[in-house]
Amino acid sequence: MLKKEDYFKPIDKRVQDSEFIALKPKSFAADVWERFRENKLSLFSLYLLLSIIIIAVSGPFLSPYPYDGMNSSMTNRMMSIQHWFGTDQLGRDLFTRSLYGLRISLLIGFISTFINVGLGMVYGGIAGYAGGKADMAMMRFVDIIYAVPSLLYIILLMLLFGSNVRSIMLGICISGWIGIARITRAQVITLKERDFSVAAYIQGASSFRILFRHLFVNALGPIIVEATLMVPQAIFMEAFLSFIGVGISAPEASLGTLAQDARMYLEIYPYQMIFPIAMLCLVIFSLNFISEGLGQALNPKDRR
Amino acid sequence: MIRYILKRLAMGVITLFFLITITFFLTRIMPGSPFDTANISPTMLETLERNYGLDKPLDQQYVKYLSDIFHGDLGLSYKKPGLTVNQIIARGFPITLRLGAGAFILALIIGIIVGICMSVTGSEINRGMLLTLSTLGVSIPNFVLAILLMMIFGVSLKWLPTLGLTTPKHYILPVVSLAVYPIAEISRLVHSSYTEEMNQDYVLMAREKGLSVFQIRFKHILKNALLPVITVSGPLFAFLITGSFVVESIFTIPGIGKEFVNSINNRDYTVIMGLTIFVGAIVIAANLLSDIVCVLVDPRIRLDKK
Amino acid sequence: MSLLEIRNLWIEFRTPHGTIQAVRNINYSVENGEILGIVGESGSGKSVSMLAVLGLLASNSVIRSGEILFNGKNISPLSPEFKNRPDLYEKTMKDIRGNRISMVFQDPMSFLNPLLKIGTQITEGIICHTHCTKAAAKKQAIDLMKSVGIPAAEDRFDQYPFEFSGGMRQRIIIAIALSCNPELIIADEPTTALDVTVQAQIMDLLKKIADERNTAIIMITHNLGVVAKLCDRINIMYAGDIVETGTTDQIFYEPRHWYTRGLLESIGMNIGSGRVKLPSIPGTPPDLLNLNKGCAFMPRCSHAMNICRDYKPAVSQFNATQAARCWDYCKDRADEIVAQQDKEETLQ
Repeated sequence: MLKKEDYFKPIDKRVQDSEFIALKPKSFAADVWERFRENKLSLFSLYLLLSIIIIAVSGPFLSPYPYDGMNSSMTNRMMSIQHWFGTDQLGRDLFTRSLYGLRISLLIGFISTFINVGLGMVYGGIAGYAGGKADMAMMRFVDIIYAVPSLLYIILLMLLFGSNVRSIMLGICISGWIGIARITRAQVITLKERDFSVAAYIQGASSFRILFRHLFVNALGPIIVEATLMVPQAIFMEAFLSFIGVGISAPEASLGTLAQDARMYLEIYPYQMIFPIAMLCLVIFSLNFISEGLGQALNPKDRR
Repeated sequence: MIRYILKRLAMGVITLFFLITITFFLTRIMPGSPFDTANISPTMLETLERNYGLDKPLDQQYVKYLSDIFHGDLGLSYKKPGLTVNQIIARGFPITLRLGAGAFILALIIGIIVGICMSVTGSEINRGMLLTLSTLGVSIPNFVLAILLMMIFGVSLKWLPTLGLTTPKHYILPVVSLAVYPIAEISRLVHSSYTEEMNQDYVLMAREKGLSVFQIRFKHILKNALLPVITVSGPLFAFLITGSFVVESIFTIPGIGKEFVNSINNRDYTVIMGLTIFVGAIVIAANLLSDIVCVLVDPRIRLDKK
Repeated sequence: MSLLEIRNLWIEFRTPHGTIQAVRNINYSVENGEILGIVGESGSGKSVSMLAVLGLLASNSVIRSGEILFNGKNISPLSPEFKNRPDLYEKTMKDIRGNRISMVFQDPMSFLNPLLKIGTQITEGIICHTHCTKAAAKKQAIDLMKSVGIPAAEDRFDQYPFEFSGGMRQRIIIAIALSCNPELIIADEPTTALDVTVQAQIMDLLKKIADERNTAIIMITHNLGVVAKLCDRINIMYAGDIVETGTTDQIFYEPRHWYTRGLLESIGMNIGSGRVKLPSIPGTPPDLLNLNKGCAFMPRCSHAMNICRDYKPAVSQFNATQAARCWDYCKDRADEIVAQQDKEETLQ
């Protein structure tokens, strides 16, 4: 309690300075995670995706049947205790095959995206940092490749190199990295003029170090959002290809080929189509919602 | 502005050239012969190869192919003798175009309306719902949607036909299957762009002038908000064309999409090549067109005399 | 009767981090034809109170209390006439905006629509309020453009904003503000984005407008040089409160509040001759989420006293035109003030 005689005495400096309250410092990652968590749908999708991945990876341990084990006495059976998803026209257990297909789809999606991000960041980073004629030439080159629909490349490659996982990934990676390259380049161009880059340069950091340590780290936001969108796109592309008949060949299977196999029997045995399609949709949905949530978490001013 | 258009045209031509070259060499190095070697004698094979010009060295074949294309000749089918690629295109493209254009226009109209609604609605619940719906829309692969729609409306409920394109009713399912993804994508784009514009300073200025809400929303904001939609229509059109591949297969519609899928399954290399180049050219043209429209519409680029 | 009178205006913003006290119970008035300057740092609440006059605040704002009297009529959304009738409020506002009170904004590039011709942007306000023909509006717009000093007005009528320089664009914004002959123009940092020579031209233009048309101008700025040249009276704002008010001479030559004195010293007034370090006000701008309970300026005041920490000083009127809110001048009323604020606190 302030006493009357003290009213007009000069204030103690320490008391005056203590009025400065600073916000608790929080790391960037923690901040982003907190914002991400607020979006219930995205959070749910993240858990869903993680569960799907765990199930897919542990597939072989969950099921007693091999994915290519044909059993001609058990063809086209509906769901039962022994066969949770039923069997297909060759007597193979659909549950196992679905899990197997899921693994392949996820593999293709994540690995090709990983490669694309790596390639794209390096190419875009160099183009953006170098600037000038080199930048222009690099981007013109990219524009030409980009203008052709990638589907066409992929189909040609599949026909050429055969229908396997490697061909599909190669096809997806031919032009998939371009989006990331453009984003990286745009970010690098903006960021290299910022004070922190100039400061690093003045301090004698090599271009390489500046690029990786400083610029990339700050550019990561939009790159991550784009990358999370590329995974479902790659999975979709593979499913699409398999569905039109250019995908992976038997006995290997992806969710797309399973759907393709089931097409002929659609009207009689719809269950054969439903399971792989449902899984495909779940994976793509959850990835898209995660990407949505990440986008909002990384850009707080985007939130309405 | 003219300079910009000419530059883009030149890029388009170079890209097309690149496409033709890549396609040519990739198909020519395919393993095996395009002909059914098991059932014909070696002399027959030689005659066939000579007829199709396959005995000449590769670079000569390339030049001949290029000049053929210049004259509008995309080659002959190997598997269906007597049928030229041009004929295949003439038969199938108008159909695919009708489907694609229909889906495109539908997507633009619905997408823009929904996008504006998402930005303008006062209810957070409505916006959240529409946003979730649009995310779902971009997540369903179009062939999955086509199959689902076919199963529900065609097979179970038997409300709509699923085979061919004879009556207007036949158009409904394929067009919807094609259009859902673009609708969702456009509405998200419009929502994000419109909301960004809504927060711009010139909107505050417009309100400060005392203009009506209607004027602000449509005269001021909409124009700016629609610019990204123009940019994206080129790639979206490309997506519709490739989407038509599966949709035509599922609904048995005789467009070039179905022809393309058939030629792949049959390994009919000239047709694959010819259709690839044709589809590629269409896509390149569509991208070029959307770039040009962008330039025309934005006075900042159009009037830039530098 | 004053042209515009603000009484007990209190505005808050609801944010995820807490409630920001943007404007805390301010009172002031503007007379016809006078130029009032409002000076303060970013976040002092100078723009917010003006946006409130025109009903242009963001959706997370709350006007807790206050009367806004325009020509005697209360146009605050809390007035009995508008309290539960947002539609009537909006209708009244639309009539006033751009018509009887208009604003000139800070950055002329972003406040003009890049895709519309400036002719359209000038005439739309005219047509909206006077319902005249397009041709008549065009003629009026061209006259306006000429009067604000835009050369070749007829040709430039059909041009786009990016085809003009910064100074020209600001003149266009001023032309738009003038288009319906308002009684009051609120200029929110109109010269901040322009370079110095252009600044001087714009200020001359504004002064000319005030003189010729007897339009009142509220000039919001953080630039004391602008204020010195242009304004008749000045309000100094800090952390959402008006800490001092007076004529331009009084503020510059007889500043009372320690913040005002700090501001003037930091631009070199009262320094005297010889080379000395340029003084500055210590500390950082106030955190509007957590303002000091007593005087908001206390943490940075070189003359702070114990009472400044816990109790807000009352306004002391020095003469007809000058007043300041500082404990240095209301020591004699300390007991009443303390008792009053203690009572208010227990009531909360």
